[in-house]
Amino acid sequence: MAECHPVGFQWVMEAKARGAKLVHVDPRFTRTSALADLHVPLRAGTDIAFLGGIINHVLTHEKYFRDYVVAYTNAPVILGEDFRDTEDLDGVFSGLDLDHRRYDNSSWQYEGMEVQAASGERDQEYDERTGGGGSVTEAARGEAHGSGGAALGEGEPERDETLTHPRCVLQVLKRHYARYTPETVEQICGVPRDVFRQVCELVTENSGRDRTTAFAYAVGWTQHTVGVQYIRAAAILQSLLGNIGRPGGGILALRGHASIQGSTDIPTLFNLLPGYIPMPHAHQNQDLDAFVAAEAARKGYWGNMRSYLVSLLKAYWGEAATADNDFCFDYLPRLTGSHSTYETTMAQLDGVCKGYFLLGENPAVGNADSKLMRLGMANLDWLVVRDFSLIESATWWQDGPEIETGELRTEDIRTEVFFLPAAAHTEKDGSFTNTQRLLQWHHQAVEPPGDCRSDLWFAFHLGRILREKLAGSTDPMDQPLLDLTWDYPTGGEHAEPEAEAVLAEINGHDAKGSPLASYEQLADDGSTSCGCWIYCGVYADGVNQAARRKPGREQDWVANEWAWAWPANRRILYNRASADPDGKPWSERKALVWWDEEQAKWVGHDIPDFAGTKSPHHRPPPGATAAEALSGTDPFIMQADGKAWLYVPSGLTDGPLPTHYEPQDSPFPNLLYRQQRNPVRQLLPPHPDNRYQPSGTEPGSEVFPYVATTYRLTEHHTAGGMSRWLPYLAELQPEFFCEVSPELAAERGLAHTGWATIVSARGVVEARVLVTDRMTPLTVRGRRLHQVGLPYHWGPNGYSTGDAANELLHLSLDPNTHIQEAKAFAVDIRPGRRPRGPAAVELVRAYRDRAGIDEHTGTEP
Amino acid sequence: MTDSGGDETRGARPDPRHGNLLSGPQPDVAGAAGYPDSPPRMGFFTDTSVCIGCKACEVACKEWNAVPEDGLVLTGMSYDNTGGLGADTWRHVAFIEQRKPLGRQEPGVSHDDADVFAAARTLGTCASSPGPGATAPAAGTAPAGAPAGEISPVHPDGRAELRWLMASDVCKHCTHAACLDVCPTGSLFRTEFGTVVVQEDICNGCGYCVPACPYGVIDQRRDDGRVWKCTLCYDRLGVGMEPACAKACPTDSIQFGPLEELRERAAGRVARLHEAGVPDARLYGADPGDGVGGDGAFFLLLDEPEVYGLPPDPVVTTRDLPDMWRHAALAAASLAALAVSSFVGFGRRRP
Repeated sequence: MAECHPVGFQWVMEAKARGAKLVHVDPRFTRTSALADLHVPLRAGTDIAFLGGIINHVLTHEKYFRDYVVAYTNAPVILGEDFRDTEDLDGVFSGLDLDHRRYDNSSWQYEGMEVQAASGERDQEYDERTGGGGSVTEAARGEAHGSGGAALGEGEPERDETLTHPRCVLQVLKRHYARYTPETVEQICGVPRDVFRQVCELVTENSGRDRTTAFAYAVGWTQHTVGVQYIRAAAILQSLLGNIGRPGGGILALRGHASIQGSTDIPTLFNLLPGYIPMPHAHQNQDLDAFVAAEAARKGYWGNMRSYLVSLLKAYWGEAATADNDFCFDYLPRLTGSHSTYETTMAQLDGVCKGYFLLGENPAVGNADSKLMRLGMANLDWLVVRDFSLIESATWWQDGPEIETGELRTEDIRTEVFFLPAAAHTEKDGSFTNTQRLLQWHHQAVEPPGDCRSDLWFAFHLGRILREKLAGSTDPMDQPLLDLTWDYPTGGEHAEPEAEAVLAEINGHDAKGSPLASYEQLADDGSTSCGCWIYCGVYADGVNQAARRKPGREQDWVANEWAWAWPANRRILYNRASADPDGKPWSERKALVWWDEEQAKWVGHDIPDFAGTKSPHHRPPPGATAAEALSGTDPFIMQADGKAWLYVPSGLTDGPLPTHYEPQDSPFPNLLYRQQRNPVRQLLPPHPDNRYQPSGTEPGSEVFPYVATTYRLTEHHTAGGMSRWLPYLAELQPEFFCEVSPELAAERGLAHTGWATIVSARGVVEARVLVTDRMTPLTVRGRRLHQVGLPYHWGPNGYSTGDAANELLHLSLDPNTHIQEAKAFAVDIRPGRRPRGPAAVELVRAYRDRAGIDEHTGTEP
Repeated sequence: MTDSGGDETRGARPDPRHGNLLSGPQPDVAGAAGYPDSPPRMGFFTDTSVCIGCKACEVACKEWNAVPEDGLVLTGMSYDNTGGLGADTWRHVAFIEQRKPLGRQEPGVSHDDADVFAAARTLGTCASSPGPGATAPAAGTAPAGAPAGEISPVHPDGRAELRWLMASDVCKHCTHAACLDVCPTGSLFRTEFGTVVVQEDICNGCGYCVPACPYGVIDQRRDDGRVWKCTLCYDRLGVGMEPACAKACPTDSIQFGPLEELRERAAGRVARLHEAGVPDARLYGADPGDGVGGDGAFFLLLDEPEVYGLPPDPVVTTRDLPDMWRHAALAAASLAALAVSSFVGFGRRRP
C-alpha cells in the first residue's frame, strides 16, 4: 500500500501511531513491509490457502463473533441435501458440467428456497426466473447457466440458530476448511507455521466487540484465475469476526487508478449499466418487465431495480422514453456473450472486431500477453488512441517488437491509427471516486495545451457530429442515437461541455426538473430521471456536494462534509451492523450508529445505511417485497436476505466457497485436491502466442521452475503512459529491472545490475538485475522455491524504456470478472541479454519444445 | 527570488551582540545576521522512522524549484537511483537494506546460506555476470529445473531480520554556515527565517563554498558553474506557505516549522521510539552545541549517521578561522619584528 498508494498510506501510518498493528502479506518485501510490524512473504498465488487457514483457526478455536454471526450472516441457514463440497468430490463442487466447463448452481441452494444473487452473474438463473420457455432457452445459449434447476423459492430459509445442524452454513464451512491447518499453510504457502499462528492471533485478538481489523488489498488479490474467491475468503473471515459495517473494519479494495471505483460505478465494463444494473443479454422477446423479473431480487434494495432502471432510461432518452415504449428499454444494446477486453482481442484476431478506441489505456504494454494485443490491433480497420504521449499502443505498427522480429511488416498493416492528445486532470473539471466511494471534485487549473482535449469534450463532440450526420434518418438502428438527450451546455474557446451538467444528470431530477436528494425518491413510472442511482444525492439542492472541502479539523472524525460518498453520503457501508440486534452499539469504543428509542430513529456519527425509522424490532409482514421485506436486524440491505453471505448459493460461476487451486502455470501440484486448477477458469481459444505451461508433476514443468509476479513501483504508474515520459519520474526508476534473492542470483549466475533474460511459453524479456534480501526463498513442500519480481511499467517508448513484463503472461482468466492471472505464473531466468530479432522468437519456441507444450497443455478442466 | 523581505538587510554587517558568529550555540541566527525583528527560525525535522520512500519530496522539490532532471542511471543501490544531494538534487531519499530488526518487526525471511555482500564484491569480476553486450546462451543449453533436493525448512526461530531504512536528506541550513562565510560575492546569504540561500543572479561560480560545506551538499552545475542547493523554498516561506517537499510528504516524515518547536517534538518522538523498543533512534543535527551550532534541518535516524551517508561529527570549516587569523597576524608580526630588528642590527653596525 505504501508502494502503490502512498497518499492513502498516511492513514495507515496514523493508525499505527495510535497503536494499530500492521501485517503485510506479500511475496516481496516492499516499502509497506518496511513500515509493517510483521511481513509475511508467501508463495504468489496461494492466498486462499493462507486465508482459509485463518478461517479454520477462527472456527476451530471458536474465535468468531458469535452474536454477530448468528444475527447478521447466513451461518445458521441450512443448505439443501444435494450440495456436495470439494471435500466430498476431491476439489470440485456438485453441479460441475465438465463438457461445458461450468457449474449448475441448483444444488448450492438453501433448503427449501432459492436465493437470487445480489449482483454478479445473475443471468445464470434466467430461465428459472422468467419461467423458462423454448425461445428464451435457445437465445440464452451459453450465458443462461443452470437450466432445469430449483424453482423460485418463496418464504424464509430454514435456520438453526444453535449453528449445530450438520447442513447449516457454519458446519459446512467448518468441514470445507478443516484441512487448511497451519501445517498445510506452511506446505502450500511457504509460511512457517509459527509466523502463520502469529498472524492468526493478531487478527483474532484485534477483532470482537471492542476491536476491529481491516483488510486492504489491490490487484495482488484480483489478478488470478480465482481472484474473486480471494476476496470472498476475506469476506468470510471478516464476517465471522464481525468486522464489516463497523469503524476500523472492512475489506478495502485499493484501486489501481485515481477513479477506478468511478469507472465501475459509471462503468467502462461491458456487462454493467450505471449503478451495477446488469447489461441485458440477448434473450428473445425480453421486455422491461421480463428483464426486471429475471434480474431484480425479491427482497432488499435490489428489489427496486425497476425504479433505478427506468430512471436511467429517462436520463438516457428523456422525452422519447415513455411507458408505452417500455422507456426505450429496447434501445439498450444486448450482450451475446462475454465481450471482455481479452475476448475483444480474440475478436480482432478473428476479424470480427474492426474498430477500437483506447482512452488512457496502453494494452501493448499493460495487458497480459502484450504481443497478442498488438497482433489483434494489427488486424483492425481503425484504431483511436487518446493519451498524453505516443504510447506503445499508438506506435506498435512502426516500431513494435514484432517489427524487430519480422513477425509484422509495417507495409502490410492496414490499421488506420488516429492519435488524439488528451487533457490531464488538472486541465479539466471532473470528479474522482476513490476506494471509499468518495466523490471528490477537481477544478480545472489551466487550459489544456495545443490540441489536447478532455475525454468529455471528445465523447460529447463525437456524439454531436454523429447525430448531425444521421439527422433525418428513419433507419430504426439510428433512433437510439438520435433520441439521446445530448444537450450539455458548452463554454470556452474549445466548446468544452460543462462537467457539472453531467454530474447533475447523473444525480437526477424529478418531473419538475428539481434535483433529487436520495435514491429512495426514484420511481418506476418515468416521473424521475437519474443517470446512476447510487450517485443520487451528489447534486442535492442543486449543489455540487462532491466539491465540499470542509477541513477535517472543523468536523467530527467521520467528516461527512468532506466531498460526498455514495450511497447517500454514508461513509461506512452496512453500518447498521455496528449496533447489536437491539440497536445498541456492540461497544462504546466502536459505536457508529444506533437506534434512539425516544426519537424512534437511527442516529450516530455516520449517516445510517439503513431505513432511518425502521426499528430493530421491525419484522416484515408476510408477502412484503424489496426493501420492505427486510427486518430491523438485516443490516446487509443490498443482499436479497439482508445477511452477509459466508456461503454464496448464487451469483458466482466458480463455487459457493473459496477453495485453494494452483495458478494456471505453477511449479507445484495441488496439495489439497486432485483438482489442480480452478475447473471453470476462463481459457481463451487456443492461439500459438497464448500457450499454457505444464504444471506440478507434469513433464516439462521443470523448464519453468520459478514463480514470477508482476507489480508496480511508487515511482511509475501502470503501463507508464503517465510516468515514463516525465523526466522527474523516469530518473527515479530509470530502467526495467527484476528482483531476485541472493540465493537465486547464485543459483543462476545473475549479477547485481547485470542483465537477466526471463522466459515463459509466451515470450521473452530482458531486465537489469537487482539482487536483494527483500526477495526471500521459501520452502514449499520441502523444496526451495525462488520467486522473481517484475515491475510491469516499461515498454520501448518514452524517456525511460525497457521490455514489458506482460509479454510473459498468458490469458487464463477469472471466470467471474474476466481478469488475467498476472500475479502468479512460472518462468525461467538466466543471465545475459535476450536475443534480438527472429532469434527471440526462436528462443521461446525452443523453450516450448523442451517443455513439450502444445495447444492442449494446461487446458484440462 | 520573488521575496523582497531581506533585500535591504542582505549582506548587513554582523552584530556581535547576538553571540558567536563562527561556531558554538547561536540562539538568534537571523538577529546575528542583522535582522532586527526577524520571525522565528524555521526549519525541517525529517523523521526517517515514518518515511515510506515514496520520493514525493524529490519530485515536488524539482517541480517547484524547476531543478533539472539529472540523468537516468540505475545505480543498484536499492531503490535509490538519485545517489546524493547535488546542484540538481535538493532532496534525496536514501534506501538502506539491512539485516537488522526494526523495533518489534519480524520480517520472517531467511538468507542464511548466501552472502549478498560477498556477491556484491564479485560484481563485474565474475564470469557468470556477462557485460551489457552479451546475449543469453542458446535455448538448449539452459540449465534444467530448480533443485528439488533436501533443503531444510526455515527454522521457526532462526529467521534473519531485515529492515529497509529510508531517509530524505536535504541541505542542513547550518547555524554556522561555512558556505555563506566563505562566499566572496554575497550570493549566499542568511534569510530572516534563519535559512541559507544562494542568489543565482549574484553567484559568480567561484566554487569556494563547495569544499567549505561539511556535508557535501552545495554543488556547482556543470553547464554554468554556479552553485545550487535547497532554499528551504524561500519564495514559499515569504508568502506563508510551507516548503514543497514538506507539503508533498504523505506521512509527515518531513515536518516544517519553527525550529524550537520542531526540536521539542523530535525529542518527544525519540523518547516514544525508545519506549517502543527502538533503542537506536537518535537525533542528528539537533544539538546547538555541535560542530555547526546545530542544523536548521535536522533528522531522526534509526542508525549511525554513516549508514545514511551523513558525516558523524560535522564541523563548520570556518570554525578555526579566528585562530588562523590570529596565528597569521602573529606570524606577520614576528616577521615584521624580525625585519625591523635586522634593520636595527644593520644600523648598529654603522659607524
